Amino acid sequence: MNLGIFLEQVPDGDASWWRMLASGLEWTLAVAALAWIVAFALGSAIGVARTTDRRWLARASDAYVQIFRNVPLIVQFFVWFFVVPGVAQPVKRWVVSLDPLTFQVITAVVCLGLFTAARIAEQVRAGIQSLPRGQRHAGLALGLTQVQAYRHVLLPMAYRIIIPPLTSELMNLIKNTAVAYSIGLTELFFRTREMGEMTFRYFEAFGAATVVYVAIAFAANRAMALIERKTAVPGYIGGAR
Amino acid sequence: MNTPTRIAAIALAFTMLVAPAAAQSLSGTLKKIKETGSITVGYRESSIPFSYLDDKERPIGYAMDLCMKIVDAVKSELKMPKLKVQLQPVTSSNRIPLMQNGTIDLECGSTTNSVERQKQVSFGPTYFVINVTAAVKKSSGINTLADLNGKTISTTSGTTSVPLIKKYEKTKNVEVKEIYGKDHAESFLLVADDRAAAFVMDDILLAGQIANARNPSAYKIIPESLRQEPYSMMLRKNDPQFKALVDTTIGAVMKSGEIERIYAKWFTSPIPPRGINLNFPMTPAIREAFAHPNDKGV
Repeated sequence: MNLGIFLEQVPDGDASWWRMLASGLEWTLAVAALAWIVAFALGSAIGVARTTDRRWLARASDAYVQIFRNVPLIVQFFVWFFVVPGVAQPVKRWVVSLDPLTFQVITAVVCLGLFTAARIAEQVRAGIQSLPRGQRHAGLALGLTQVQAYRHVLLPMAYRIIIPPLTSELMNLIKNTAVAYSIGLTELFFRTREMGEMTFRYFEAFGAATVVYVAIAFAANRAMALIERKTAVPGYIGGAR
Repeated sequence: MNTPTRIAAIALAFTMLVAPAAAQSLSGTLKKIKETGSITVGYRESSIPFSYLDDKERPIGYAMDLCMKIVDAVKSELKMPKLKVQLQPVTSSNRIPLMQNGTIDLECGSTTNSVERQKQVSFGPTYFVINVTAAVKKSSGINTLADLNGKTISTTSGTTSVPLIKKYEKTKNVEVKEIYGKDHAESFLLVADDRAAAFVMDDILLAGQIANARNPSAYKIIPESLRQEPYSMMLRKNDPQFKALVDTTIGAVMKSGEIERIYAKWFTSPIPPRGINLNFPMTPAIREAFAHPNDKGV
């Protein structure tokens, strides 16, 4: 092992290898952050929809979860990047007009966001269903509307309950960004592979990537643990330890 | 010292006198082949049309045809018509170690003869020369690499094309946007779908993608080169006897013009398993390599 390789210049590039990996890390974090926003918002909406008493809404959201959870992520990337623009002419015209990098980022955010949303939806549903049924009924009996019952009674507790599985989901999302290498997005895993192929120093390249992925996933884990502690309600799950 | 021992001692002394003479006549790979009664040829499983498996899982290809010429020469040189020929699949990452540790005696695939590799192994005469260039749609109006200025180009991540394009951009003041496919099929798909104007890669690989496309006549390969790389069969290093046999055999095939027929069989005719024609006539560089057989690396 020779760590000097990270300071060496990339052939015909302007930067050293550690800078290349760092620029990959920036894309990894940017895509993960944007995809998390999409996933959290959409996942919450679908999770709630699955627990309402409107049959069609529950069915539709159920179908969404099944489709996006059951198709392998790398296949979803391929579909969003190659198949969708290929099938729809207006989409293709728009795609060709964009900078390739912009479309890669959009694809990665949309794809990871929709995929992770299906998983978050399951957790939100489980969180809501884990509450005693009396809570919903009590809220409605007090004269709250459906929306108010969710907003003030059900969701505040449900979110607190599902913070641990949401943490896993966030860490998964960060690691799943590596699949975006398959559409050529120059994120961390792409840069790692590139470094390996061009310098034949696979051990150093993948060693560095492993350390970085572990570090960011661990940081996400700690951040979520902090949120869990700060939001804990004394006397309920996670509170009053 | 009793008589049997004395006889044994004389016999031993006699053997020792003779042994160096025998070793002089045969060394290295040829000696190993003579002793084991077999030669092991390394092949690639999907380097079309150089070395690949047909629908019956037998290794075939342009490089295999040339290597079989060498095997025939070994048979007549060692007077071993029943020489056993063992075939061993290799990959781009294990071919050099397998050559060095003696698992294979000859590698017939699509191996670039580079100066870097010559430190570890030896090469036979160059039998193919690739150009790194671009495939475009005929309708695109792109005729030279300089025409790619301002366009989006695709290439396969992890290949040597990436630094070559960067270098070209710098020296020629050309600016392109790169988009990476994870394999050659995906990079080509980007051009087929009009998402990229050109696919930059080794010309023979481009020809393979074009031959497999839905409408091969819609594409063309730009006759320019970002870099040339010679392909050759790989042998063990420091083995002058076997190297001389390889050079003579392949040199004769090239000089006699037999190479024309073998080339045509793989590059301008339909090839197994799907009967696709690569339509890749000899480039000037290839013609030059056949006219003056050499093992110069890049």
